[in-house]
Amino acid sequence: MVNLEDLKTPKTNTWCPGCGNFGILMAFKKALIELGMEREDAVLVSGIGCHGKMVNYVNINGFHGIHGRVLPLAKGIKLANPNLKVVGFAGDADQYNEGWSHFAHAIRMNVDMTLIVHDNMVLGLTTGQATSTSQQGFKSKSTPFGVIPPMLNPVAHALVSDGTFVARGFSGDMFHLKKLIVEAIKHRGFAFVDVFQPCVTFNYLNTYDWFSQRVYKLEEEGHDVTDRRKALEKTFEWGDRIPIGIFYNKERPTYYDNLPHVKGVPLTKVPAENVDITSTINEMM
Amino acid sequence: MLVGGEAGAGISRSGFLFAKTCLRGGLYVFGANDYQSLIRGGHNFYTVRANNEMVYSQADTVDLLLALNKETILFHKDELVAGAGIVYDGDQIELTDEELERDDIKLYSVPLRSIVKELEGPQIMENTVALGAAIALLDYELELLNSVLRDTFKPKVAEQNIEAAKKGYNYTKENYKDKFGYELQKTDLAGKNRVFLTGNEAICLGALNAGCKFYAAYPMTPATPLLHFLAPLEKEYKMVVIQAENEIAAVNMVAGASYAGVRSMTATSGGGFCLMSEGLGMVGMTETSPVIVLVQRPGPSTGLPTYTAQGDLRFAIHASQGEFPRVLIAPGDVEESFYSTLEAFNLAEKFQIPALIISDKYLAESHGTAEPFDQNRIGIDCGKLITETEYTGEEEYKRHKFTEDGISPRAMPGTKGAIVRTNADEHNELGYTTEDPVLTTKMNDKRFKKLDALNKELENYETVKLYGPEKADATIIGWGSTKGPIREAMKLLKEEDVTVNFLQVVYLHPFPAGKVQGMLQSAKKTIVVENNKTSQLTSLIREHLLKTIDHKILKYDGRPFNPEALSKSIKEVL
Repeated sequence: MVNLEDLKTPKTNTWCPGCGNFGILMAFKKALIELGMEREDAVLVSGIGCHGKMVNYVNINGFHGIHGRVLPLAKGIKLANPNLKVVGFAGDADQYNEGWSHFAHAIRMNVDMTLIVHDNMVLGLTTGQATSTSQQGFKSKSTPFGVIPPMLNPVAHALVSDGTFVARGFSGDMFHLKKLIVEAIKHRGFAFVDVFQPCVTFNYLNTYDWFSQRVYKLEEEGHDVTDRRKALEKTFEWGDRIPIGIFYNKERPTYYDNLPHVKGVPLTKVPAENVDITSTINEMM
Repeated sequence: MLVGGEAGAGISRSGFLFAKTCLRGGLYVFGANDYQSLIRGGHNFYTVRANNEMVYSQADTVDLLLALNKETILFHKDELVAGAGIVYDGDQIELTDEELERDDIKLYSVPLRSIVKELEGPQIMENTVALGAAIALLDYELELLNSVLRDTFKPKVAEQNIEAAKKGYNYTKENYKDKFGYELQKTDLAGKNRVFLTGNEAICLGALNAGCKFYAAYPMTPATPLLHFLAPLEKEYKMVVIQAENEIAAVNMVAGASYAGVRSMTATSGGGFCLMSEGLGMVGMTETSPVIVLVQRPGPSTGLPTYTAQGDLRFAIHASQGEFPRVLIAPGDVEESFYSTLEAFNLAEKFQIPALIISDKYLAESHGTAEPFDQNRIGIDCGKLITETEYTGEEEYKRHKFTEDGISPRAMPGTKGAIVRTNADEHNELGYTTEDPVLTTKMNDKRFKKLDALNKELENYETVKLYGPEKADATIIGWGSTKGPIREAMKLLKEEDVTVNFLQVVYLHPFPAGKVQGMLQSAKKTIVVENNKTSQLTSLIREHLLKTIDHKILKYDGRPFNPEALSKSIKEVL
């Protein structure tokens, strides 16, 4: 079982001091420890953006992929070897702009994996442009007169795409976030956690204080996580009060459950040898 | 034989059935499918060429035309040889002499629709009646067609079709007693002993034989048939076949599966390959090893979706930003499609590079005759794979470890004691991101050392092939699907005492410069034959050998070369 020391890497962290990513990093490490995982059991898949550096800061299996493509990459890994715990990390621009189509399809496919989105409502690594979760009117280098369209609501989208585990965390509340991540990894199916993660350098609007004053925990208000309609209603709350916690949690068969012919033996364990194709060849005579 | 009609009338199926009937009688057969990008209407046709000896392509002319509608006759009348026959339904099609403009054609009207009505069958069965009529005219054995029908359809439908064929056969025998002039005869090879399949199918068989367990793709003509072929076999071969949400997802999925340790493949055509370009670069950078099949069609952009071209050669060689080694193989017939795929999987894993197979609509969707493939000719070579039991864990595992040949030992994630980390950013041996100039240079060198190793390995491969005499009046150079028409054209030229030989470049990247150079040294005249506008092979030869090609014969109308026309073009430049 891993401890914090095992998870350390030789790489120097280059996030800005006070970056919301630190809360996610620590919450994830603590979740791995709490789950009693081995380093070899998990694969961390990340996209491009400040979050993408996660692969450098957690000493477990990792694949630092390309912008927006965390989900198909992660799905390929998981379906090839279902024994691995696959956790994808993406940024808000990464997932909700560049990788938006993969988002809906991964959720409906219900591959047994976790997606954690570092949602700071701005593009950080490219030095401050708007993303699809930037608030209407948000001024950035690319939107000097303010963002025109309304923001996307990824949590609602996850629900209407038939998500089986839909949650939102706040990196300013690391212990709460850790609990969410533990539940997400334990969830059998596709688990999605959107994480409010203040960008201290480029998002002057959605700061730690801004979030702290608004977020409240769904579990403290008796929210029923099996009621999808209620959960959907909750996703529309945006203003003085913004809910975090588990919106919805109800299992349905995973994609792999529907592949009984490969169940039991991961594809990676099939011995490498010429496969007899005589029966198929005979049909072509 | 050519069968034509509108889309949705089962044209390609009936052409295929006729072709298979020829195959079962021991003939060598080639079948080419010409269809448009629509579901109903339009004009579709399928040509079958059968002979006692090997046939490599379709012919320029038609001896027997099965016309399911009038357009087929008007469209193809000029391709008919003198003495050719047309089977059609005179009750449905009114044909005047002025329209036909030919007095050297034999017309065989068969009441296709009435016969189907009498049998209370669906209208699509008119094809089968026409096939029966064709068998009668060609003095061939109806039982061969029956056996094919039984293997193709469910018992009840098969019996109905057999009855329809019989009616067409009997009607023709009774009403047209004079010899047609062409006949088919069973040979010693009759029976079920050779395969008749498309290039796409051969690639699928190669992938299955190679132990491919993961296939992800998005439908795009003419690469869709791979998905159609593999999807129903998913259970039998215990593999995962996924229709991805798009080509970007498909290439990332196969990259992920490859990282996990599974042989994986995707296939697409030009537009989809554009979308895969970024993923292809990631594969190069992360040293993963999926096989990517590019089935070309004419471009640019959507171009002619259901037709053929060889315009993506340079694109396949250069696709994606930056520089990284890859291998690009261009099979020229169904047999090569099978064996090249096995080679692709081995080379990809051995050198931890993307392996690309480049094909085109003509090869991918035409049926060719082949001996049943040797399933053990090309074994499985996973390269430097460390299995779980082999991993000692004595030193920290480095996924991108520097080695003499640039190839790092490959462990699968999940291996006890090994942390398998890779990175689309430039990285160090452990897979951590780096921006260090020295390390960046070293990692580029490491990746390109693999190209040296690959080049060495390929010395033992048939990267180029020479057909015909060593000494010839001219040497034709080509790649991919033009192989068939070129070999047929060579037969025709030989009859006219023109000797040419043919250099087929099978491996286009890395370019087998030494071998091509050697073979071209004694060439009197060089002629490049390609299905593209700018002669991309010529530019490769120039790039690698500083050699000028004497003549180029190029076709870029979406259609494959016809052998007779090609032989004429060759003669013109000699």
